[in-house]
Amino acid sequence: MSVGTSIDTRKLDEIMESYDYNKSNLIAILQKVQEVYRYLPEDAMIYIGTKMEGLSPATVFGVATFYAQFSLEPKGKYEIRVCDGTACHVRGSMPVLNAIRNKLNLKEGQVTSDNGLFSLEIVSCLGACGLAPVCVVNNKVYPQMTSDAISTILDTLIKEEA
Amino acid sequence: MTEENKKTLFIEGKEVEFTDEPNLLEVIRKAGMNVPTFCYRPDLTSFGACRMCVVEVEYPNGRKMINSSCTMPPEAGIKVSLNTARTRRIRKTVLELLLANHDRKCLTCERSGNCELQQYAEEYGIREIRYADKTDFLPIDDSSPSLVRDPNKCILCGACVRACTEFQGHSVLGFANRGSKTVVQPMNGRPLGQVDCVNCGQCVAVCPTGALTIKSDIENVWKEITNPNKKVVVQMAPATRVAIGEMFGLEPGENSIGKMNAALRKIGFDLIFDTNFSADLTIMEEASEFLGRLKSGENLPLFTSCCPAWIKYIETAHPEMLNHLSTCKSPMSMLSPVLVDLLPQKLGIERENLVVVAIMPCTAKKYECKRDDLMRNGKADTDFVITTQELGRMIKEAGINFNSLEPEPNDTPFGEYTGAGTIFGASGGVAEAAVRTAYEFATGETLENVDIKDLRGTTNRCRDVEIDIKGTKVIVRVVSTLKEAEKSLQEIKNGTAKFHMLEVMACPGGCINGGGQPRSCDNSKIKAERAKGLYKEDAELPLRKSHINPSIKKLYDEYLEKPNSHKAHEILHTVYKDKLAGSYKDIK
Repeated sequence: MSVGTSIDTRKLDEIMESYDYNKSNLIAILQKVQEVYRYLPEDAMIYIGTKMEGLSPATVFGVATFYAQFSLEPKGKYEIRVCDGTACHVRGSMPVLNAIRNKLNLKEGQVTSDNGLFSLEIVSCLGACGLAPVCVVNNKVYPQMTSDAISTILDTLIKEEA
Repeated sequence: MTEENKKTLFIEGKEVEFTDEPNLLEVIRKAGMNVPTFCYRPDLTSFGACRMCVVEVEYPNGRKMINSSCTMPPEAGIKVSLNTARTRRIRKTVLELLLANHDRKCLTCERSGNCELQQYAEEYGIREIRYADKTDFLPIDDSSPSLVRDPNKCILCGACVRACTEFQGHSVLGFANRGSKTVVQPMNGRPLGQVDCVNCGQCVAVCPTGALTIKSDIENVWKEITNPNKKVVVQMAPATRVAIGEMFGLEPGENSIGKMNAALRKIGFDLIFDTNFSADLTIMEEASEFLGRLKSGENLPLFTSCCPAWIKYIETAHPEMLNHLSTCKSPMSMLSPVLVDLLPQKLGIERENLVVVAIMPCTAKKYECKRDDLMRNGKADTDFVITTQELGRMIKEAGINFNSLEPEPNDTPFGEYTGAGTIFGASGGVAEAAVRTAYEFATGETLENVDIKDLRGTTNRCRDVEIDIKGTKVIVRVVSTLKEAEKSLQEIKNGTAKFHMLEVMACPGGCINGGGQPRSCDNSKIKAERAKGLYKEDAELPLRKSHINPSIKKLYDEYLEKPNSHKAHEILHTVYKDKLAGSYKDIK
């Protein structure tokens, strides 16, 4: 039932093998899979669900949709996380967020830019309230963001990729 | 029971003994009392999701607390109150919250009158709901030939998820998302008809509301019955006769076959036959096939092939083991082609005007009758399958007073049956019937004691019985639920399997506990009563071995020649297909 991204089952077997095909390690396994594909392809979840004892595709899907850390859609090469915790919010995270949406042409509900380069996620707190508002791009923290500052950062990244 | 482990607690002021009950709710029920519940099902693990079974518990040290009785282990000396102002208030709030998020079109719901949510809302006098009505409706999934899933009526009790996991090892249904967005659905919201669901209907059997229901064929059947050009003939499975009465207040296990015949005639069926007859026919073929395989040593162990859920499971999950399956069609699908071939001429009608209806305890039979390999000349031999529940509904709709009906016989010649055919409805019955006939076929001698009681039982889901056929030791394994069956398949793959025949029924306890039977999920003893009803009929019948059924002999003489003949193969046997493609396991 192959749809979407074609998956490499050998890679999946390797990951499951490294966790002894133990269903208690499902979250760790899904994290590894997400590292490989930058999201959880449907076929990968089905494959894991049929290969590991005590699981099924539906239960794997249940775990994948329960945790916010898993994405069912391909993430961009650059994963942008905008903090909208209380401190960041009052210090203006929303204008930053809107600036990113405008820059990347993201429609309401769209996570990944059309060229697949960027994906956007709103998180509740990054634990860096003193630096509010905060954005994180691929694990690099950008403190005290403004809409102008984030635009410059994105412009730089776009130029690098061009 | 020793004195030591005899402990007591107090329920509503009454001292009650308990021993190894898994939870307080079981102790309460054993004491003849009850609390409401949606998610607790005795045959499944406790889940504690619905919070309806809350009770007030007072410990010997005076501490008081509220706890859900389905998840709390019984403790000595505690005082349990079932009905306090607090527990009633909690239950009412639970009901209000559930109803606020529920599609409340009860009048037109498939489960109306048979719904636990409706029942408790009524019993607890819920007349007003303080919360806003549900606004976001999800689409209804009717893609499956057997089941309909309406997520708007789901209360997230998880009974279906547990049934699918714990009975079938399958988990076709699972929880998805989190919080207020939680739903129960197949993988990624796919339609049920497109996933590896085996259609067993156990999810329907345990569902307390109308979220999972049987796909009804009642209207289709009425349409044929009222068409004056059509002759509508009917067959009913063994397990239906010991359960239909429950819908009319009769005791579980009471054999209502005579009343059923009468009701079916009143409804307007033209000829009434019995699947028990073709169960005997199945044994003729399957016992011969088994002896053939024993002799050649090929394709052993033999898998029985009466259960359509089991067939679909092998085809999708283990196509490499298809050679083990008996090629015999199920009793239902054996009788239908015989009727289709012989009746039109007998009745002087055209084939197109003959309609074959089957009454089954099973939702998967609705899938079976549409299987490609059972089509002949592009037409299915069984036109419609209705479940025991649906027949009960039709009897009510026809205004028939079931209990006052005088028992009537069925029609000849495809109505005559032996005790071996009757016990097909209980787990172990097919194996027992096959052994009775195989023994006599192999030895040419009469089997004096036909009761093979070790093969029977509704609670033990896997049992091995060694049969001595004059020096040849044969091990027969009987399993119910696909989870158990899977273990046996693994034994075969590991080379540790010692059995020669494997009888598999997907529903726990066999067809008597099928997904289409009147609902009994909250009482695990009912299936034992139904099985008892079948074994009672078996013991009372004068003929108890399939091959001595005179109508069967006649059918072979006049039409089928002999078991496993060319003609018999053409009509009574089938081929299975590798259905891995498109199944979950089809990822390379």
